[in-house]
Amino acid sequence: MAKGIWIIVEQSKSEIRKVSLELLSTARAIADKTGDPLVAVIPGKGVSGLAGTAAAYGADKVVLIDDDKLADYTTGAYTSALSKLIRKEEPNAVLLGNTAIGKDLAPRLAHRLGVGMASDCVGMEYDEESFLVFKRPIYGGKAFAELSACERPAIATIRPNTFPLAAPDEARKAEIANESANIDVEDLRAIVREVALAASARPELIEADIIVSGGRGMKGPENFHIIEECADAIGAAVGASRAAVDSGWIEQKFQVGQTGKTVSPVLYIACGISGSIQHLAGMGTSKVIVAINKDPDANIFTVCDYGIVGDLFTIVPLLTEEFKKLV
Amino acid sequence: MNFDLNEDHLMMREMVRNFAEQEIAPGIEERDELEEFPEELWKKCGELGLAGVTFPEEYGGVGADYISYGITIEEISRVDASLGVTVSAHSSLCANPINIFGTDEQKKKFLTPLATGEKLGALGLTESLAGTDASGTQTTAVRDGDEYVINGSKLFITNGYYADTYIVTAQMDKSKGHKGIAAFIMEKGTPGFTFGKKEKKMGIRSSATYELSFEDVRIPASNLLGEEGQGFKIAMVTLDYGRIGIASQALGIAQGAYEAAIKYSKERKQFGKTLSEFQVTQFKLADMALQIEAARLLVYQACQLATEHKPVSKHSAMAKLFAAETCNKVATQAVQILGGYGYTREYPVERYMRDAKITEIYEGTSEAQRMVIASHILKEF
Amino acid sequence: MNIVVCVKQTFDTEAKIVLDGSGNIDGSAVKLVINPYDEYAIEEALKLKEKFGGDVTLVSMGGERAPEALKTGFAMGADRGVLVTDPALEDPDEWACAEVLAKAISQIPYDIILTGRVAIDDGSGQVAVRMADALGVPSVSCIVELSVEDGKAVARREIDGGTELVEVCLPAVLTAQKGLNIPRLPSMAGIMKAKNKELKKLSLADVGIDASGFSRKMSVPKLSLPNPRKGGKTVPGEPAEAAKELARLLREEAKAI
Repeated sequence: MAKGIWIIVEQSKSEIRKVSLELLSTARAIADKTGDPLVAVIPGKGVSGLAGTAAAYGADKVVLIDDDKLADYTTGAYTSALSKLIRKEEPNAVLLGNTAIGKDLAPRLAHRLGVGMASDCVGMEYDEESFLVFKRPIYGGKAFAELSACERPAIATIRPNTFPLAAPDEARKAEIANESANIDVEDLRAIVREVALAASARPELIEADIIVSGGRGMKGPENFHIIEECADAIGAAVGASRAAVDSGWIEQKFQVGQTGKTVSPVLYIACGISGSIQHLAGMGTSKVIVAINKDPDANIFTVCDYGIVGDLFTIVPLLTEEFKKLV
Repeated sequence: MNFDLNEDHLMMREMVRNFAEQEIAPGIEERDELEEFPEELWKKCGELGLAGVTFPEEYGGVGADYISYGITIEEISRVDASLGVTVSAHSSLCANPINIFGTDEQKKKFLTPLATGEKLGALGLTESLAGTDASGTQTTAVRDGDEYVINGSKLFITNGYYADTYIVTAQMDKSKGHKGIAAFIMEKGTPGFTFGKKEKKMGIRSSATYELSFEDVRIPASNLLGEEGQGFKIAMVTLDYGRIGIASQALGIAQGAYEAAIKYSKERKQFGKTLSEFQVTQFKLADMALQIEAARLLVYQACQLATEHKPVSKHSAMAKLFAAETCNKVATQAVQILGGYGYTREYPVERYMRDAKITEIYEGTSEAQRMVIASHILKEF
Repeated sequence: MNIVVCVKQTFDTEAKIVLDGSGNIDGSAVKLVINPYDEYAIEEALKLKEKFGGDVTLVSMGGERAPEALKTGFAMGADRGVLVTDPALEDPDEWACAEVLAKAISQIPYDIILTGRVAIDDGSGQVAVRMADALGVPSVSCIVELSVEDGKAVARREIDGGTELVEVCLPAVLTAQKGLNIPRLPSMAGIMKAKNKELKKLSLADVGIDASGFSRKMSVPKLSLPNPRKGGKTVPGEPAEAAKELARLLREEAKAI
């Protein structure tokens, strides 16, 4: 009997994060092929209300690990709780979103269990021989590596926006189990003193469906409102190139590129971005790329789906108005 | 014979290049426009050891060779020739003569803060009647007990006003001609030592060029550099080494202009092709590259001779002459390649062209370099 | 304070990636640099040393060219280096790297271990976190601020949508994110002194690992290059017209809005 495909579910503001739902959606199809039960594991504090959503997106079973010590994410506590459960149940695969938590938790979990791991995957397919084949970018997306785990469980983090969301089936029911966290004391050597979330109504950059980004062509910090207004018209996140960040025009957390965030939105609108190899590395997997640049020879035009050659200070506000008419 | 730079040199080049591109380049147009001396950047040069590359560690220097020095000035000047001459004049014209001719006490007191970059140095040699012919020096020095009393003025002094330490040449006995000249170490703030007008220049506009004025300036006898009557020789030896700095500066200007031209020629399209696809551009670029390479070999050869303490006079004159003429040709061609854009301040090549000219003039004009070379080769033959 | 910094030599970010005949990445003509995130770690280590005294040891794994990366760290001011180099380490996976580095580090005294949050070549970001587990110490990933006091580190780390402040007992592993500091340039004197710093080269046996029992946990990756994107449509017309047409195309043709 197959032992299960586990999704470690992440929550934000008492809701399951989109990337976790994407993982449930895509793993549902794989579980149907392999006969593995699809298990949503939800660690945290007061998480029982999330079970219904996990079921609606395809979970056969929802495991709740509810514990005060899991209220804030810490590497040690989460590793301790999850590694014990994984040892006990021996699932075939453990999948996480490639988020701040996933990136930190998955490697520690993999090492604790003495197994391999595939990071930041942009593809995952079932294969009879090697179970799951993961595809992941290397050299900032300038090449791809396909690999699989030699032992079980196969652990991977999957980049947000890689897989589409399935339509939720609210009538779907899952078995619900409660597990105790059982955290070792030596895994409690870190505490979260304070969480400071930016008060932004915009979507998180790495999960956004649409990103509007500004580069060197923005000429200064005072002009970024043009990008923000455009983003707000279509519910997009704001991004920036390294040139804009290094010039001090916008905070580093907005940087897209090889030394910034890697993003994979449905639509990426690059304004005044020349399209350096490092920038393309961070957004090259976007489904549709739009470029607005006054230089017709800018490299960004060689990769974009749609381009307008012109002054962004004229074009972008006009585009914002057009977007407002659409939504 | 080995033409490879060693690992240290390569690392130094990378470091100075990063410094130049990351920290010197921002604001360069504004500094040029406003003729603004970059005091903060000078401080940073000191922190990175660029103020004392060749000087002994015991006097606060880095203890590196002259190739390291050449690379330093070249890489700074590739981005900013003004800061290039600031560092070159400081090192070659002020710190170096103290290192060569100074007593241990003078080195401790004056060379150490210069080599660490805590203080900036300058040389007061040129006067209105003493340019290429330094023997025309009118500034006078008279011994008075434990002091020398200096009167006169100096012209076109690089790093003037901003420098803390000055080497000043003065005539002690007119009847002896250039053999009556002595060199002194003078500190900013000494009573009677004031600054005249700031020159408004064609190029290297963010380097400081001032007149110095001495009115009964009293300096301690212990500030005499070398011996009385040795001043002219000190000046000549100083300039022999100084030319290595200016040659490196010229090389950097040429390299910077060349790179700007090559970059533009690969981007700019005319008649459906990039400029670099036209043979007329290719030939221009090839000539630029050729001259720069030849200049670089001459400069490095002079650096190597200086490192080995061999006579440098002829080779540093050749290097300076050739590199100066090269950077003028290259910068002019770079402007030509960029055309109308090249003539505007939107692109850096017009600045390179303005900056280039001075390298044929200061620390010995191109004509003076030919005189030096001729005197050597005729003696040798 | 004994500070350890793990560094990796990587391709320069400008490097073009080319596959050779057997499908491996051809690195022969590529400029190698210190992983940029590791430079933030070195800078932070040097700042800690300036504040608390002690020394900074660089630990790395790699082949013939790896000492170049360490030399950059020495020139910045690190005191000594340990390089694990072994024919059996030709193509280690993240598990192997973490085990090797942990073994090498466990031979030297350490109060704090810093490294970059990710290496820009394989981009996996696993090794530091795994290494912390192998050493049995806590870790904090992706830090943008650090203060150390009384055997504790307080680090601000980047999380999705903001930051959090984490307090952790030392020794611990901390991984550096851009923004933590601005790495210093090596000074001229630093460069001159770099070649005289002690670089200890260790084999797998030296760190107590039996190379014969050392296997991968992940399959050897099969590499491919991305399908090059082609430039698409230029939307023509006057600005107002072009903007309108672009919005229409995004909605109707690309279905992206």
